[in-house]
Amino acid sequence: MLEEHHVDLPADPESVSRLKPGSVVYLNGIVYTARERVYDFILNRGGELPAGLADVSNVNFHCSPAAAARDDGSFHIGGVTATASFRFSRYMADWLDRSGARILIGKGGMPADDYRNILAPRGTVYLTTVGYGTGALLGRGVRGVETVYWLREFGIAQAMWLFRVRDFGPFLVDSDLEGNSLFAEQGELVNRNLDRIYRGLRKPTLLRYGETDDRTDELI
Amino acid sequence: MISGETIEQAGYEIMKRAAIDIPGDYLSGIRDAARKEAEPLSGFVLKTMVKNYETATEDRRPMCADTGLPRYYVKVGDEARFSGGFTGIEHALRSATARATRDVPLRPNRVHPLWRTEYNNNVGINAPEIEWSFEPSAGWLDITTVHKGGLFGTDYRMLFPGDGIDGIRRFLLDTLVAFGKRGLCCQPAIVGVGIGGSKDTCMQLGKQAACLRIVGDRNPDPKIAELELELMEAGNGIGMGPMGFVGSSMVVDLHIEVGFTHTGGMPVSVHTFCLSSRRATARILADGRITYRTDPQWFTPYYRRETVDWPMDGLEAVS
Ligand code: SF4
Repeated sequence: MLEEHHVDLPADPESVSRLKPGSVVYLNGIVYTARERVYDFILNRGGELPAGLADVSNVNFHCSPAAAARDDGSFHIGGVTATASFRFSRYMADWLDRSGARILIGKGGMPADDYRNILAPRGTVYLTTVGYGTGALLGRGVRGVETVYWLREFGIAQAMWLFRVRDFGPFLVDSDLEGNSLFAEQGELVNRNLDRIYRGLRKPTLLRYGETDDRTDELI
Repeated sequence: MISGETIEQAGYEIMKRAAIDIPGDYLSGIRDAARKEAEPLSGFVLKTMVKNYETATEDRRPMCADTGLPRYYVKVGDEARFSGGFTGIEHALRSATARATRDVPLRPNRVHPLWRTEYNNNVGINAPEIEWSFEPSAGWLDITTVHKGGLFGTDYRMLFPGDGIDGIRRFLLDTLVAFGKRGLCCQPAIVGVGIGGSKDTCMQLGKQAACLRIVGDRNPDPKIAELELELMEAGNGIGMGPMGFVGSSMVVDLHIEVGFTHTGGMPVSVHTFCLSSRRATARILADGRITYRTDPQWFTPYYRRETVDWPMDGLEAVS
């Protein structure tokens, strides 16, 4: 059985420090979405974060919801799924300083170096969605839209959505405050097997330019 | 005569069904994998997935918020008659896409590749794709939609006859391991392998093999059927499960489709249809009635025909 945590938001430092790689997490409170358009606007174009954001929520979800506006101006949130986080790596140090986010949620984690050098020193952990395609389960956990910023400017996918959530999850802890990473750990275990599965298979007749045979490499 | 409204209605309905209800064949494939999975982390992921499909159906919400790139496969019976011509069908399917995007809702994923502009309705230049095929002696119109997710999990390589089956195996492993790490391709997947053709047909066949054949279906060529099982085993023997965790659930099923190719080459493509293997098919009968199913039945004997005449003229291939 995997260990299970229920965390109230904004998350306090003690509950963040209890999250260890491989445990299951559910969240209660408010989470917000922010990805490249928001990062770029705040960090490179002089944009201002909504005042007091960190007091409302310190959880940044890498997500674009399947949302549609109703005629009365409210929103219908269908499914909610994370997007791959590694693409946002270069924004993270400044973003965490500005936003005060202590929990990042996304798909697939970030490079282990980022955990050691950027997230852990700032008291931030990374949670990954499970299986990734769990949009319906996560959608059920979203009880409503608190507010949305920059919808007209950035569109549905890139706007900053503040969701009121209840039993929002499950998520799996990838990185903890020591900078350990579940993905890195599991990846190493998988890598140990690779020599065996490739044994006896010849190199292709025609190589690709720059091709390497190091299968411990990752694409991110 | 089949009317444009009927086609639009059928297109709209399959868009909804595909986004929300996981096809039964894939669900039992995942349940099977969950039963066999011995690793606790991978097992937890699979069980969560099953819960997610159930939630989608109960709440009528998309199983994955990334509702992928909606596209269509249309098979037209020789005897089918419809008003508005072929461009009428295209118009009906574009309209169905836009309506379903607002109503389900689907995520408006489609943007201009350079300017990133959009109409918020998944319609644009060359989108949604519509692929056509035809069927002799049939009066119906089959429309299948697939919401193919994923920036990850597809690759192509020009191999040569001398690379042999080992070369195909190696390339398959390369693709599955590379995109399986951290679960970028949202495995376990239905994997499609296209072999032969030219580069574009090779890609197309592999994609159709992944998206348009159901779990448990085997290629009618017994030797290819055997290779399908062998490669599936190789994929599940990587030691990797969902999310790239240690496990044994990588491939739910593996389908191979072939096309005659240049005598000097053996192009191969690999495609993974993700955890949200969304497909739904409508058949519109000559009298306008619509029936729905999840098996596209795209690869008919006619579609895989080998010689000039149909029915096949009994010629034997020489080597
Ligand atoms: S690849 Fe993953 S995130 Fe994308 S549509 Fe499929 S299940 Fe959803």
